[in-house]
Amino acid sequence: MKAASRIYTGFVMVFLFAPIAILLVFSFNDSKSLSVFSEFSLHWYRELFRDSETLGAVRNTLILALSAAVISTIMGTAAAVGIHKLKNRYLRTAMDTVTNIPMINPDIITGISLMLMFVFVGRLFGAATSLNFVTMLIAHITFCLPYVILQVLPKLQQMDKSLPEAAMDLGCTPMRAFLKVEVPEIMPGIVTGLIMAFTLSLDDFVISYFTAGNGFQTLPIRIYNMTKKTVTPKMYALATIIFFVILFLLLLSNVVDKDTAQAVRTAREKRKERKGSK
Amino acid sequence: MKRTLCLLLTVVMLLALVALSGCGSSKALTLNVYNWGEYISDGSEDSLDTIKAFEKWYEETYGQKLKVNYTTYASNEDMYAKLSSGAVSYDVIIPSDYMIARMKDEGMLLELDFSNIPNYQYIDESFRGLYYDPDDVYSVPYTYGVVGVIYNANVVDEADVGEWDLMWNDKYAGQIVQFNNSRDAFATAMYKLGIDVNTTDHAEWERALEELKTQAPLVKSYVMDEIYNMMESGEAAIGAYYAGDYFTMLDAQGDDVDLQFYYPERTNYFVDAMCIPSCCQHKELAEIFINYMLSEEPAIANAEYIYYASPNSLVYESEDYQEELGEEAMEILYPGIENFSELYNIYAYKNLDSETLDFVNTLWESLKIT
Repeated sequence: MKAASRIYTGFVMVFLFAPIAILLVFSFNDSKSLSVFSEFSLHWYRELFRDSETLGAVRNTLILALSAAVISTIMGTAAAVGIHKLKNRYLRTAMDTVTNIPMINPDIITGISLMLMFVFVGRLFGAATSLNFVTMLIAHITFCLPYVILQVLPKLQQMDKSLPEAAMDLGCTPMRAFLKVEVPEIMPGIVTGLIMAFTLSLDDFVISYFTAGNGFQTLPIRIYNMTKKTVTPKMYALATIIFFVILFLLLLSNVVDKDTAQAVRTAREKRKERKGSK
Repeated sequence: MKRTLCLLLTVVMLLALVALSGCGSSKALTLNVYNWGEYISDGSEDSLDTIKAFEKWYEETYGQKLKVNYTTYASNEDMYAKLSSGAVSYDVIIPSDYMIARMKDEGMLLELDFSNIPNYQYIDESFRGLYYDPDDVYSVPYTYGVVGVIYNANVVDEADVGEWDLMWNDKYAGQIVQFNNSRDAFATAMYKLGIDVNTTDHAEWERALEELKTQAPLVKSYVMDEIYNMMESGEAAIGAYYAGDYFTMLDAQGDDVDLQFYYPERTNYFVDAMCIPSCCQHKELAEIFINYMLSEEPAIANAEYIYYASPNSLVYESEDYQEELGEEAMEILYPGIENFSELYNIYAYKNLDSETLDFVNTLWESLKIT
């Protein structure tokens, strides 16, 4: 039984990581081939950093993902706070459903409908090009928003309601109580929401594909369009770099997470101690 | 207070929505070019970065800064969908022949002003008056190519080589790859049988289907760009593809693989050409760009990068270019250019009417299911 479970785990690991390993190895291949590893070289990395179009696409992708993540986190947190304060049960359920729609909706439908809306509005104002960076940003915020709300809402529900009340009791304005008491409490939710929004925006293809204009192309679209000829090994090099950056961020967030968790725990214990001693 | 804040936020968002429509007409001089992916020399491997070079050349010549918005597509149909949605405007596009015919018929292309494109004189005579643009007013040829059969000489007997029969030879069962799109796959069978690839006669298409069905048990898989890896690694031994792509494979072939190439007598010819779509914003600028792409340095750089044949005499008559490619590659890429237009007008794909296309797709699906 134990052996079986080990084999099973082994298979899962192989299927999860073998593709990445292959990509990683062949990014260091000297030749173009995916079948023969001729010699170790940094050739494709050099080529990658010389390819201005691809680097431009990387830059576009990052700008888009960062702005979409930040804006949707701010809007999502505000929305979550609002939904949390709703007293009417039916209204709340309605809001939950509305939030879920963009998440459950297939990407392709979201993409096409957004494109149609942008074209419609653009035509209304007589623009020749109605798709551009801003439309893509709006599209990305649209599909990131529910994920942020769903990360922040539970944190608000977990929070002790009397905390902000106590703060206001002690003379805080509602705004100050929100910033000083509520925000630190729900911070883990906000940060996860931000990270999720960033990663979702980073690798989105379908919605970007429909809402991309003529001057702004993201990396996933550029790679897809290479399939007339083959995808060059430059892309393996790029994917390897992205993989390691993400890995680094993941490890970092784990370390930070542990630290904050630790800090929260000690702070709680101290508070308890103080309560106890009083 | 809260109400006004809400109202204010709503107004701001609405304004943002409106602003986006205005963004399209920015003041800086920009040229929007829409091309196939990997279809221009981009500065890798010490080649010329054509787009950058054009921007620099334009600034030097006209004393005005110009930004080229260069974006790519993966297929003619993708490009067509994007353009016909009316969402974006492009100034230069590079569709394939049958798509040019279709867009021309639908009024999606503008007539070119050839006084702005003097370099058109270098385009070989055999590329004038091709079926998709009989009066040569809408398009300037960019590349052309011919389909041939690629085989691994370490597996395939020299005696079996020739015509399309190699792809139907049961000696090589499980080592043959066939196109994974209906038009190209049917065409191999139709060229083999001597049927017109643009026929609207259903019975002829069904005959081709029968031929494909007899081939099916021998086919390893139906592929598009996966063919590169399969041929390079020796996983597959026989497959049909474009001559230019054969050299890409040759560059990356494995140690125990010896890829060779030949043209069957009847085979497919294609031309990709530069056009200006009707949504163009800077027509003269677009013509200047097209003209620049025909001038010697960028044209040679592109031809060397893409590995497809160029209809531009500045390219195929250039000694540097001939030397770079080598004698063998020149022979394969430029197989007798003299009667090109004649062969082309017989064997190239034309735009099929939707009824025939639907019928072909049904046949294709029935092949893929069995």
